[in-house]
Amino acid sequence: MVKGIEKYGIPVVHLATVVPISLTIGANRIIPGVGIPYPVADPLQGEKDSYKIRVNMVRRALAALQTPVDEQTVFEK
Amino acid sequence: MAKFRIVHYMNQFFAGIGGEDKADLPPEVHEGVMGPGVGLQAALGDEYEIAATVICGDNYFGENLDQATDAVIEMVKQYTPDVFVAGPAFNAGRYGVACGTICKAVEERLGIPVITGMYVENPGADMFRKDVIIVETKNSAASMRQTLPTLSALIKKMANKEEILGPKEEGYLERGIRVNYFAEKRGSERAVEMLVKKLKGEPYQTDLVMPVFDRVDPAPPIKDIKKAKLAVVTSGGIVPQGNPDHIESSNATRWGKYDITGMERLSAEQFTTIHGGYDRQFAMANPNVVVPLDALRELEKAGEFGELVNYFCTTTGTGTATASAAKFGTEIGKMLVEDHVDGVLLVST
Repeated sequence: MVKGIEKYGIPVVHLATVVPISLTIGANRIIPGVGIPYPVADPLQGEKDSYKIRVNMVRRALAALQTPVDEQTVFEK
Repeated sequence: MAKFRIVHYMNQFFAGIGGEDKADLPPEVHEGVMGPGVGLQAALGDEYEIAATVICGDNYFGENLDQATDAVIEMVKQYTPDVFVAGPAFNAGRYGVACGTICKAVEERLGIPVITGMYVENPGADMFRKDVIIVETKNSAASMRQTLPTLSALIKKMANKEEILGPKEEGYLERGIRVNYFAEKRGSERAVEMLVKKLKGEPYQTDLVMPVFDRVDPAPPIKDIKKAKLAVVTSGGIVPQGNPDHIESSNATRWGKYDITGMERLSAEQFTTIHGGYDRQFAMANPNVVVPLDALRELEKAGEFGELVNYFCTTTGTGTATASAAKFGTEIGKMLVEDHVDGVLLVST
């Protein structure tokens, strides 16, 4: 799906927990997810902190979409 | 004569410990056979002994790759096996990646021959086919019985240090290894024969299979985020309650587009997940853990980006054929272009 969309020239940031799979399928901008059942949250930390994590990840996603990349790039932290 | 010793790796599901609710199980080792090991032991016969079974939850492995690998290596080491077997994983993606990862590590660090089994579309297959012998299976565990003879024959060859022939002869996935041999006919003759067959429309076998590079160049970044229109797409199966488009919980053949106009967040009353490949309790309690609408709305209001398109797209990523996923991407991408979307967050579980 990532490649199907990106081939139109729209940048896609893939938020995925199992990064090796994301690399194999060919995503170009990757942000590691928190956990498989909750890629953009950590419900175990309580509603409030979990939400903060999510806002932070979405901000990082926005930054990744504005970053030029020449090859597959994993955006850690 | 002493028996050849085997150590067998499997996930929590095949070991009979539990499903998604137990997917966070850390590695543990049990003496003797478990689950599919019973059939494998029977196929191998009396000269072979599955000395131990190592189990690890798929989520635990996927989320703690390094620690899980180290722990499993320590467990395998104690039993000094002649061959290490993982899976088979069939079309289970996380399990396939775990099997490939652990096989590669056992071979590299312990110098023990390794083998696993997968369906050709398992993401673990492309990741590890060059490193590890992966017996080709069908896409479900129902094919275990057909897989065991191929798997056990190769295990025996490995234990006895016999030569392993090519992927077609032995039934494993091609590894991209070239072996020199003396052909009976010279190259020009073979080439002409192939050409004639091709012209007649008959099947022919090339001498040199070219690798397929299925890659898309990175799209240019968003220049002005303050004006950018964004969209969220997910393979996590978030749908309105009642799943109006009947998206399958596994091996999806379709995707859905759902309106979020005026919504501040995805409420659990209105949305749920139908994904059949992860523990759904968190996403059912709060669908925003997969589709981060609440956070996107906050940043949209704060002016950190232009606007969010008034819908999100969803499908189920588990067991879904890569060809289907590619088709969904093409269809979704076309629509996003028409709606002037500048960037996409794609969330995968």
